[in-house]
Amino acid sequence: MGVSQPPFALTAARTGVEGGAGVDPNDPFFLNAREALSEKGFLLARADDLITWSRSGSLMWMLFGLACCGVEMMQASMPRYDIERFGAAPRASPRQSDVMIVAGTLTNKMAGPIRKLYDQMPEPRYVISMGSCANGGGYYHYSYSVVRGCDRIIPVDIYIPGCPPTAEALIYAIMLLQKKIRRTGNIIR
Amino acid sequence: MTDAIQKLGDHVLNKRGGFGITSKIAYGELTLSAAPDTIVGLLTFLRDDQVCKFSQLVDICGADYPNREKRFDVVYHLLSLHRNQRVRIKVEVGEETPVPSASGVWPAANWFEREAFDMYGIQFSGHPDLRRLLTDYGFSGYPLRKDFPLTGFVEVRYDEEQKRVVNEPVKLTQEFRNFDFMSPWEGAKHILPGDEKATKP
Repeated sequence: MGVSQPPFALTAARTGVEGGAGVDPNDPFFLNAREALSEKGFLLARADDLITWSRSGSLMWMLFGLACCGVEMMQASMPRYDIERFGAAPRASPRQSDVMIVAGTLTNKMAGPIRKLYDQMPEPRYVISMGSCANGGGYYHYSYSVVRGCDRIIPVDIYIPGCPPTAEALIYAIMLLQKKIRRTGNIIR
Repeated sequence: MTDAIQKLGDHVLNKRGGFGITSKIAYGELTLSAAPDTIVGLLTFLRDDQVCKFSQLVDICGADYPNREKRFDVVYHLLSLHRNQRVRIKVEVGEETPVPSASGVWPAANWFEREAFDMYGIQFSGHPDLRRLLTDYGFSGYPLRKDFPLTGFVEVRYDEEQKRVVNEPVKLTQEFRNFDFMSPWEGAKHILPGDEKATKP
């Protein structure tokens, strides 16, 4: 093999996002962690941090593709964007999911079922409203059969604008939700 | 192709002409019109006759003409894969009079007729299960009628006290506004761009 192996730091960076900043192996964070592990054999952290870290790192999202936004949502979990890198995996049951991504037009007929599914989700639960239709009715705002925004039915944490929003926008929303969980996280249910 | 549908139209008129059926060819398509009491006989004939063999029902839809005495059209679209032909059948019907159901001729007619009933309120007699198909549970009104308002009458909201989704009268913060003044569908009064080059008929 004529190609020389890239140094460890570069491969670590490439496992994240393509073109992401390289990780310095002499970063004080790593040095401290390495020292603590080798000297004492354990790490100390605040319980809140640990809980919000694990909570934001395993956001099981419930499949709720209602219209064309659903295709973008599927796209986000496919290999090209792969939101499982952020610990967000699709889940088919409301009882096993943490976040509901309302992707698409919410009709009057679907309003009852969406509330029922939301009520079945265990606490803590979050809702991402994806696309114009879910945000405020969008194109169908004046229709006789469409709910003018899914926040009339369920409380929403993150709104994504767009018609439909790109998969990148959904990934950004998931990162924002993780930030929100880290910021407001507590263990009170 | 026009020859073939001309022959088909003549054939239908020859065989079923006594039932007040008329035929018209426009834009290379054959349109038959029938009365409600003869429609099932005509459809059965079109399905079973060896010249027609329209074994496939493509669609049943409604159309609303509020200024007419009989305001609705029920439109049947048939396809014959055997003869590579299509035909359209129109039935004029009023608000109160029912149309005999075609669900005995093609089972597919069942849901098409339910949809036409849901959207226009056209009654189909002899239908096995004439319920609403698409609109919300407990919906009232017929949304595709011309006199149905765009925004409807009710909107839904989750009620925190009753712990359920409730219906309420529509309250809009802003009325619907139409900015498409150039639309030829809205009856533009001016000459559309490019039309000045056309020769007058």
